Amino acid sequence: MTSMVKPKDYKSDIQPVWCPGCGHFAVLSALTKALAYLQIPKHQVGFVSGIGCSSRIPAYVDSYGFHGVHGRGLAVASGLKAARPELTVVAAGGDGDGYSIGGNHFLHACRRNMDMLYIVMDNQVYGMTKGQASPTTEPDWVSKLTPHGSGVRPFQPLAIALASGAGFIARAFSGDPSGMSKILVEAIRHKGFAFIEVLSPCKTFRPEQMEWKKIVHQGFEHAVDDPIKAASLIHADDGWGQGIVYQRQLPVWEINYPVTTDLTQLADEFSIR
Amino acid sequence: MDKSTLSIAVTGAGGSGAVTTGLILLEAMARQGYYGIMNRSSGPQIRGGESAVMLHFSNREIHHVPDSYDFLLAMDWFNIERFIDEIPLTTDTLLIYDKNAGQIPVAIDAIGAGMFAVDFKSVIKENPGSRANMLGLGILANILQLKTENIRKALQKTLGRKGDAVVDTNFKAVQAGMLLPIPAVHTAHIPAPLPIISNRWNISGNEACGLGALSGGVRFVAAYPITPATEILEWLAPRLEKLGGGLLQAEDELASVNMIIGASFGGVAALTATSGPGLSLMMEGLGLAVTSETPITVINVMRGGPSTGIPTKSEQADLNIALYGFHGDAPHLVLAPMNISDAVFTTQWAVCLAEQLQTVALVLSDQSIGQSRAIIDQPPALTLPCTRKTPDNTENYKRYQLTDDGVSPMAIPGTVHGMYTADGLEHNSSGTPSSMNDDHQLQMQKRFDKIHGYDFGEHWARLDVQNEQPDMILLSWGSTSNMVLEAANLLRAKGLVVNVILLRLLMPLQKEALQRLLPEGVKLWVVEQNHAGQLFNYLQACQAIPRYASVYARPGPLPMRAAEIAAAVEDTK
Repeated sequence: MTSMVKPKDYKSDIQPVWCPGCGHFAVLSALTKALAYLQIPKHQVGFVSGIGCSSRIPAYVDSYGFHGVHGRGLAVASGLKAARPELTVVAAGGDGDGYSIGGNHFLHACRRNMDMLYIVMDNQVYGMTKGQASPTTEPDWVSKLTPHGSGVRPFQPLAIALASGAGFIARAFSGDPSGMSKILVEAIRHKGFAFIEVLSPCKTFRPEQMEWKKIVHQGFEHAVDDPIKAASLIHADDGWGQGIVYQRQLPVWEINYPVTTDLTQLADEFSIR
Repeated sequence: MDKSTLSIAVTGAGGSGAVTTGLILLEAMARQGYYGIMNRSSGPQIRGGESAVMLHFSNREIHHVPDSYDFLLAMDWFNIERFIDEIPLTTDTLLIYDKNAGQIPVAIDAIGAGMFAVDFKSVIKENPGSRANMLGLGILANILQLKTENIRKALQKTLGRKGDAVVDTNFKAVQAGMLLPIPAVHTAHIPAPLPIISNRWNISGNEACGLGALSGGVRFVAAYPITPATEILEWLAPRLEKLGGGLLQAEDELASVNMIIGASFGGVAALTATSGPGLSLMMEGLGLAVTSETPITVINVMRGGPSTGIPTKSEQADLNIALYGFHGDAPHLVLAPMNISDAVFTTQWAVCLAEQLQTVALVLSDQSIGQSRAIIDQPPALTLPCTRKTPDNTENYKRYQLTDDGVSPMAIPGTVHGMYTADGLEHNSSGTPSSMNDDHQLQMQKRFDKIHGYDFGEHWARLDVQNEQPDMILLSWGSTSNMVLEAANLLRAKGLVVNVILLRLLMPLQKEALQRLLPEGVKLWVVEQNHAGQLFNYLQACQAIPRYASVYARPGPLPMRAAEIAAAVEDTK
C-alpha cells in the first residue's frame, strides 16, 4: 500500500510570480486538490502551458511540465498526449494565450477531442505586458493601446468550444476554489477534451474585478449532453454562471496502433524484384 | 552527347499519361539492369495540366540531369513551350510525335532535331483501349530492346492497383506500339546494361527522407501539407502506424512544430516536414526546442521562394533561414542530403544527432530530390548511435545540469522523481526560470558546447579528391552536388585536376576539416542554386574559404547542368 498523495505534495518549491490577490493562486490550489483527490501519481502528469501570468503554473506544480511559447500550449500538449497516451495531460493558460494568439489551436483541440484537460484562466486582460485588452475584454475598456476601448465584442469561449466540438464544457470561478476543484475532478475523469473557463480576477490591472464575487452565480445545475440544449443554456447565461454546462462522450482522437512490421520489411517495398 | 548515359523526356497534356509512362519506363529499365533518375515537371494546374517527365539512365548509379535529351516522346504539342527550357533538345535529339497533333511549334522546328512522326490516331483506332503514351512506350521499348517480361512487370507495379484488366489493356497497347516502325537510331549511344548483382531500389527522395526518419527512430510525426514536402508525410502516415507510432495532421505549421516538441518531451523521437513558408512559421517553435533542449528534426524540402514563390520547382534558397532564421543565439544543426540515396542516410543521421545532442536538426532537401525517383543500390542499413541520454539516478535530479559534453540527462515523463519543467524561458540548471547573468552565460555556453564539441566524424562531407594539389576545387551542397560531380568530370576530361567537396553538415561548419582540403592559393569555386550565393557568403563570413574564392550561383527553377557549371568555372581561368 503506497501512501496517499496530499494536495501540498503536488506543489513545487518555486515561488509564484503572481501578484498578491491574483485569482490564479486559487486555480493552483484547486488543481492540486483535484489531483490528490484522484490520487494521480505526480510523475504521470504532464502539465503544459504557453505564455502569460497564468502560463507560469506548470513550474509551481511538482509534475512533468512544459512552459512553451505564447499560444502554443495546446499544440505541445496534443503532441505529448499523442506520444504518451497513458499520461494525464493538463494544458493551461490565459485568455490572450488561448483565445487570441492560440485561437486556432483552441478550435482544433476542441474538435480533435484528445483526452486532456484545458484550463483557461480568464481575467480579461493581458497582465504580463501590463494591461492591454484581451479577446474577452469589454469593448469600452480603455487601455494605453486602445485609448477608445477595443471596440470589439468579447469572444464567447463556451459557445465557441461547443461549436468547435468540445465534449466537456464548464465555467469555474477562482472565488470558489472548492467548486472549481469538483469541476476539475469531473474534467480529468472525462474521456476526451475537457475545457474549463475559469474566471480569475487580475487585481493589478483590473481591480474592479474584485467585485466578481458579487455577480458570479451557480448557473449550470447539471451538465446536459444535448448540444442544442447546451447552446441555449450558454446563450441564456449572463456570462457569470458557474458549473458544467455540457458533457458528452465523443470519439477520442488517439494514437494506439500495435506494431505489425519492422523496418526491414517496410523497406522491402522499394526492392526491384 | 554523353555516350555513357541515355536520356528520354515524355511530354503531354493533362491526362495524356506522361507521368505514368515515365514511371513504367523507369521500372522496366531498372529490371533491364539500368540505373536511372526521373524528374518531373508540371504546369500550375491542380489537375489536367500539361506535364513532363525527364529520365536519365546509365549503367552506374546516376543522380544528375543531362545537358540535353536523346529522345523526346511528345504525345501532343500542348503548352510544350513551357518545357522548352527544362528539356534542352539538340540536333542529336530524336523527337517521336503524333502526326495528327497539328503543326509542329516553331520553337521545336527551329531546333533541327530528328523528327519521327507516328500516326497514333490510326493505330488507336485499330487497337481499342490503346493510347498514345503506351504506343509511344512500345516504340521506345523497341529502341531500348526492353524485354517483354520487364515491361509486363513494370506495368503490373505501376498500374496493378487499378486491376488486371487495366494492366492487360495497357500491355496490349505497348505490344501494338512495338509493331510500329522503328526510327533509325544510333544504337551505339545506348549504354549496355550491367547484370544486377546488388539489390536495387526504386525510390523517391521524399520516400527516402521518410525511411531515414523511421531508421533514426522517429515514431511521431505532426504534419501540415505543403508542396513539395507532402509526399514525405503521406508516405510516413500508414507506415508509422505499422511501427506502433502515428501521424497527427495539425491545424497549421505553428501547431505541427509545437506538437513534435510535445511528443519529444514525452520521450518519442519526433519529426515534421515542410517547405519554405512553413519553415518560416515554425521558427519560433524551433527556438523553443533549442532553449528547452528538446530534440526535434524538421525536413525542409526547398522550393522557389520567397513567399509562395514557385512551389513545384527546386531552389537552394532556404540556407539563410536555416542558418540564421532563429531569434536569439540558437545553436542547432543544419544538414543537407545530396541525392535520393543520400537522403536516407542524411535524414537518419539528423534524427540521431538531434536525439544525442538534444537540439534541433534541420534537413534541407529540395524539390528536385524530393519529387524525383531513382533506381539506386539498396543503401546499407546503418546503425547509428541514436540514444537520448537519460538519468541513471534521479536523486537531486537537475534537468539542465552542466556536464562535460554539455548534454544533460533528460528525464522522460513517467520516471519517478525525475520531475522538472522544461522551459522556453532562460533557466538555471534545475529548469527554474532565471534572468541571472550567470545562468544565461552558462546555459548558453552549454547549448553551444554540446554541438560544437561533438565529433561529427567523416560524414560532414562527401569528397571526390583527385590530387592533393588540384588545379581547381568545386565546393557545393544539396542537389547541385550531382551536377557539380559531373562538371568535374567534364573538366577532368580536358586535362584539369579537379577536386570536389560536397558539404552534408552545414551547421556547425566543420571549418578545420574543410580548410585541410584547401591548399594555399588554390582556385576555389562555390556552386549553388540561389541568387545570393548563400553558402558562399556563409563560408566567407566564417572565414572558412579564401577571400579570393569565387561563386557560381543562380536561382531556380531550371536545374543546373554539368556543362553550364563547367563553362562558368572555366571562363575565368
